[in-house]
Amino acid sequence: MDPTKDQLISLYRTMQTIRLFEERIVDLYARGEVPGLAHLYIGEEAVAAGVCAVLTDDDYITSTHRGHGHVIAKGTELEPMMAELFGKKTGCCKGKGGSMHIADMDRGILGANGIAGGGLPIAVGAAWSSKWRATNQVTACFFGDDSSSNGTFHESLNLASLHKLPVVFVCENNGYGISVCQAKCTPVTDVASRAVAYEMPGVVVDGNNVLEVYEAAAKAVKRARAGEGPTLIECKTYRWRGHHEGDPNQGARYRTKEEIQAWKEKCPIERFRKKMLKDRITTKKSLGKIDDDISEAISEAVKFAQESDFPAVEEMYDDIYV
Amino acid sequence: MREITYCDALNEALRQCMQEDDRVVVLGEDIGCYGGIFQVTKGLLDEFGPDRIVDTPIAEAGFVGACVGAALTGMRPVAEIMFIDFTTVCMDMIVNQMAKMHYMFGGKGRVPMVLRTNIGAGRGTAAQHSQSFHSFFAHMPGLVVAAPATPYDAKGLLTEAIKNDNPVIFVEHKRLYISKGPVPEESYTIPFGKAEIKREGRDVTIVATHALVGSALEAAEQASKEGIEAEVIDPRTLSPLDKDTILNSVQKTGRLLVADEDNKTYGFAAEISAIVAEEAIYYLKAPIIRNASPDTPVPFSPPLEKAYMFGKEALMESIRRLMAYA
Ligand SMILES: Cc1ncc(C[n+]2csc(CCOP(=O)(O)OP(=O)(O)O)c2C)c(N)n1
Ligand SMILES: [Mg+2]
Repeated sequence: MDPTKDQLISLYRTMQTIRLFEERIVDLYARGEVPGLAHLYIGEEAVAAGVCAVLTDDDYITSTHRGHGHVIAKGTELEPMMAELFGKKTGCCKGKGGSMHIADMDRGILGANGIAGGGLPIAVGAAWSSKWRATNQVTACFFGDDSSSNGTFHESLNLASLHKLPVVFVCENNGYGISVCQAKCTPVTDVASRAVAYEMPGVVVDGNNVLEVYEAAAKAVKRARAGEGPTLIECKTYRWRGHHEGDPNQGARYRTKEEIQAWKEKCPIERFRKKMLKDRITTKKSLGKIDDDISEAISEAVKFAQESDFPAVEEMYDDIYV
Repeated sequence: MREITYCDALNEALRQCMQEDDRVVVLGEDIGCYGGIFQVTKGLLDEFGPDRIVDTPIAEAGFVGACVGAALTGMRPVAEIMFIDFTTVCMDMIVNQMAKMHYMFGGKGRVPMVLRTNIGAGRGTAAQHSQSFHSFFAHMPGLVVAAPATPYDAKGLLTEAIKNDNPVIFVEHKRLYISKGPVPEESYTIPFGKAEIKREGRDVTIVATHALVGSALEAAEQASKEGIEAEVIDPRTLSPLDKDTILNSVQKTGRLLVADEDNKTYGFAAEISAIVAEEAIYYLKAPIIRNASPDTPVPFSPPLEKAYMFGKEALMESIRRLMAYA
């Protein structure tokens, strides 16, 4: 199941879109245009890109507080997404949810989530629903390493395995839950090792290698669609920015500059770019063109968001009930 | 007296209680080297070490439940839940276990623990990080619910909460963390169930909580310029509630305004209104007014969130409405 040339380029485009989108948020956040909390995905792009590349438009994902990458990779348009981050009426949630609650039901995105570990049972339910409705859809469930400490992780894996549900659990192990490093959260080194307890395959992949992620996800999705049940994939990666924008000095209270630098040298995009050039999949020039197109699309999204209206105050009372 | 922030007052209460009593331990997310998301536990790890200042994984049901078990067996744990919104993931431990054990066990077991958390919108953090549902806990027999509005009360109430043998839900307010006020250096306690009359007045009683105590005082100052004298009462603990202070005041003024940030329907303001309606209705000269948060989730969009919140202006309008009745 090696990806085709087009698929490779598409993986690059997705990762780079996420990167450039997030870099733009850094700036917009600093200017106060994006309010609230922005938990950025810079450094972890290969995970969302690799997993979502093997999903169909009908498949579902559940996301996290660090959700921009998942949402972009699953195909939400940049304009409503950016507008949501600005709290504008044209945002995908009409400005009601913001960064931590982006959802796009038309693309199977069942919500980012402000509750760490909140998405896991919801993913189980979506997978169960596709089984009941016999639709052959798969659900990919993203969650962080520390969220696997939440009871919902254990309950969800148990349920999913028991009922052989079509769900792929994707742990984004960036080594920290806010300031607490993984060694202080759990005695196991690999979250994936917990799969044993729930009788499902557990695999560890280099989360900064998009092809490894892609391959593991493809296998897990195939297994899920075949009715053989869930898989737990752990992607080892790292977040370059602080826990959220505003975390003092990108997390200086709990990690070293050297550590951050070492991970930057394993940049998932740079590595993939080099590989593609080396394998003569594409040229510097065409990648440059892709980058330019992405930057332009992001600028348009920003413009769209800036020019959009805020919701009217009365809209606060809309959509509490159906 | 020296002035310190609400945040530092809480920090000092924790520090002094830990110095005084080895049984006091603190558990929570990012309370160690990070100092707590609002810096309330800053420096405590250095002073007391990782056995007593425990950074937990994201396992609220686990560590809050562990506090219940530890309290039951001789410790005095303090749990920090980063935002009140996350108490929902450990509700069984709070509602079915922590609140009820002493009663269910026929008075034979105690749960002297404190669960610290905070409320308040206004930071653009949307519907799962901005809620103010402290009334939930006041609804539950067996729990003490503290609601400090000043640095002085923060320190005194937290010290009392740690020393008290009942389980306490200690509800702080995000916006107040940076507010400053006079706080004694030595350790002291404020008894539960004792309201404070923050300002005396003959015309209107305002029962206010948390940040709205400050808004009520500001509104009262303005009203005074219009010849209206408002009495401002801060209950300080929602449960136990100092009904007498509220009822006495209403008997004097004949007008009641309740200002609280929980959602209006079924909230703290509804309870105070019901008590006054039940026990002092014949003294009322005007209908009761509740200033509370709208019955919606907290919206993200800045203008909506701004409209969701209220303060001095809304209270002023309510005072005028109350005074329109002779
Ligand atoms: C139930 C719950 N507890 C605490 C939090 C506060 N919180 C937000 S993100 C986070 C850390 C999450 O770590 P991880 O799951 O590893 O994801 P990462 O941020 O590293 O991507 C915490 C503790 C929360 N959102 N929900
Ligand atoms: Mg993490």
